[in-house]
Amino acid sequence: MQTLRYLLRKEFLQVFRDRMMVTQLLLMPIIQLLLLGNAATFEVKTSRMYVVDRDHSETSRGLIDRMQASRRFNVVGASPSMDVANDWMLRRKTDVILSIPADLERDIVRTRNGAIQLVLNAEDGAAAGVTQSYAAQIIGAYANELGAELMPKVSGHPIEVRARGWYNPDLDYRDYMVPGILVQLVTVVGTLMAAMNIVREKELGTLDQLSVTPLSQSTFMAAKLIPFWVIALVELTLGLLVARFVFHVPMLGSIALVFGAAAVYLIAALGIGLFISTLVDTQQQAMFVTFFIIMVYLLMSGLFTPVRSMPDWAQWMAQFNPVKHFIEIMRAVLLKGATPRDVARPIGILAVFGVVALTLAIREYGRRIG
Amino acid sequence: MSNAVELRSLSKSFEKVKALDDVSFDVAEGELFGLVGPDGAGKTTLFRILTTLLVPDKGSATVCGLDVVKDLWAIRSRVGYMPGGFALYPDLSVAENLEFFAAVFGTTVEKGYELIAPIYRQIEPFKDRRAEALSGGMKQKLALSCALVHRPDILLLDEPTTGVDAVSRREFWDQLGNLKASGLTIVVSTPYMDEALRCDRVALIHSGKILEIDPPGAVGRRYPLPLLSVTGGERFELLRALREFPEAHAVYLFGDELHYTDKRAEVSAQAIAAEVQEYLAQRGHTDAQVAPISAGIEDSFMELMGGAPPPTAAAA
Repeated sequence: MQTLRYLLRKEFLQVFRDRMMVTQLLLMPIIQLLLLGNAATFEVKTSRMYVVDRDHSETSRGLIDRMQASRRFNVVGASPSMDVANDWMLRRKTDVILSIPADLERDIVRTRNGAIQLVLNAEDGAAAGVTQSYAAQIIGAYANELGAELMPKVSGHPIEVRARGWYNPDLDYRDYMVPGILVQLVTVVGTLMAAMNIVREKELGTLDQLSVTPLSQSTFMAAKLIPFWVIALVELTLGLLVARFVFHVPMLGSIALVFGAAAVYLIAALGIGLFISTLVDTQQQAMFVTFFIIMVYLLMSGLFTPVRSMPDWAQWMAQFNPVKHFIEIMRAVLLKGATPRDVARPIGILAVFGVVALTLAIREYGRRIG
Repeated sequence: MSNAVELRSLSKSFEKVKALDDVSFDVAEGELFGLVGPDGAGKTTLFRILTTLLVPDKGSATVCGLDVVKDLWAIRSRVGYMPGGFALYPDLSVAENLEFFAAVFGTTVEKGYELIAPIYRQIEPFKDRRAEALSGGMKQKLALSCALVHRPDILLLDEPTTGVDAVSRREFWDQLGNLKASGLTIVVSTPYMDEALRCDRVALIHSGKILEIDPPGAVGRRYPLPLLSVTGGERFELLRALREFPEAHAVYLFGDELHYTDKRAEVSAQAIAAEVQEYLAQRGHTDAQVAPISAGIEDSFMELMGGAPPPTAAAA
C-alpha cells in the first residue's frame, strides 16, 4: 500500500508537471463541447431558394410569401426560366428550386388539385431530407388553408398527422449530441493517456528498470490505472458542468448513475489503452493505434449516425463496441431519466468488457516482461 | 566462496539472430567483472537474462545462487540494475527520482544513504533540478545512486559510461573501485578497451560467443603471432603497402600507428621487424619506424573477432 501510494504520487506529479497536459485536460472538454455541441447538428437553419414562378397569381405569390415568412427559406433569385434556375443550382448559388407551373391557380380552383415542383440539391442527403420536410410542412399548411378558403364545407377536418418528439420535445440536436460528445471525450482522454503513459516508460527504459524491482504486476497496473481513471472522471465532471450550464442539456436521470456507469466504462477504456501499450514500442505507434481504434469505435457508436440505420453486420459489430453502450446509457439517463434497472444490461456488458480488456492487458504485459 | 553469477551453456535467439550462443562463465563474489565487445555482441541480452527480463532458450543462469527463471522475484529485489541509457524520469527532480526508486524497493533514501553517499553527495546540490536538465555525467551518478539505494548484493551495469565525458568516465570507474572494495560484486559491460583494463577479469564477447576470459593484463599475453608497431610517413600509403606484404596476417590502424601481425609464429619479432623495415624502404617508405610490441587487449580482440577490419581500415 505504501508503495502504491508512492507510485500514485509520482504519476500525478508527472501529469501536473506537464503544463501542456494540464492545459489540454482543462481546455479539451470545454473546447470540444463548445465546438461540437454547436457545430455537430443536423438542423438546417436557412436554405437558399430560387423561384420559377410561371403562374404569377395570388396563389403562387401566397405560397412564396409563406415560404419566405417561415425563415427556413430565403428567396435568392427568381425568373421564369427553369434553365437559369438549374444553372444557379449547378453553381451552388441556391439549395432549392421552387417551380410553379402556369395555371396553378386555375387548376386549384377547378379541380382542387395543383402540382408544384421542388428541386433539392441532395449532395448532402441528410440536409436535403430536412429541407424537404420543412418545405412539405409549409406547402401542406398552405394547401389546407386554400382548401378551407375555397370549400370550407367539403373538406371538413382533414386527417392530420402531427409528430411530437418525446424526451427531446424541441428536437434539439444539441441535447442529443452533447452526451455523446462527453463519452468521446472521456474515451480519448482515458485510452490515449493510459496507452501513451506506459509506452513512455518503455521508451525511457524505466519500464525495464521497474521490472527489476520487487514491484508486483498488480501494484504497477493499479498505479497506472487509478490516476487516469480519476482524471477521466474529473474530465467527465467538467464536461457535465459545461453541458448543464452552457448548453442547458436536460439531466433527468441520476448523476450518480452517470458516474457509476462511467466508472465501469472507464475500466474498459483504460484496459484497451493498456492493452495497446503492450503491443507497441513507441508513443507515436501508440497514438496511431489508439486513434484508429477510437475512430472506428466512435464512427460505429451511433454518436453521429444511428446504429439502427447501419447495415446488419455493422449493427452486429456495434454490440462489441463499448462506446456505443456507454453513449446509450448517457443518452438514456440524461435525456430520458432512465433508472439503474433500465440500463443494467449495457452496464453489465461494459463490466464484461472491462474485465476482458484488463485481463488481456495484464496477461500480455506479463508475457512481454517474461 | 560461492559464485555471484554462474552461467551454463546459455543461449538466446531472436528470430534468426543468435544473440547468445552457448555462453558459460562464473563471476566470483566481490569481483569486478567486465564484458567487452562491440555493439550487437550480445552484452545487453546477457544483462536482460541476468535481470530476469528475458528467459533463456537454453542453458541456465544463477544470480546470488538464485535461478533466473524460477526465483525471479527473489533476484529482482537483490540486484541493482542500470540499463543502458540511464532509465530515469526526466520530469522528476533528482531527489524525486531517488525517493521513487527507494520506495519501489520498499525502503527509504535514509536507509541506503551510507552506500550511495560518496556518489550522491556530488549531485545533491542539484537535488531539486529535473533529471532532464542534468549533464551526462550527473545523470550517470543519479542512475547509479538509484540502482544502489536498496543496498543490492550485486550490481549489473549495462554500458554505464556510454555518452559520458572522459572525466566523468574516470570518476565513475573510481567509484566502482570503491564499491568493489566494500565487497559488492559488479558486472559491467563496456565498448571501451581502456575501461576493460580496470576490471578484475574481462570476458571478450562477439556475435553472442565468449571469445576469451582473462584478467585484462593477461588477455594480450595470449596473442599468438608476432606483432609490430609501424609509424612515420603517410598512414594510408603505409597501410596499403603493409597489406600487400606476402607474410602479412592482419594490419590495422591504431590511432597514429599501425599494428602489423605476421603470419609466421615461429620467426622472432625482431627478425620480422627488420624484414618489414626493408620491404617498406623498397616501397619508398624510408622514414617508417618498425618495432616489435606486446599485444594489448584491442589487438587480441581484433584477432579473436576473426579479422573483421575496423571502420578506419575499411575506409582505406
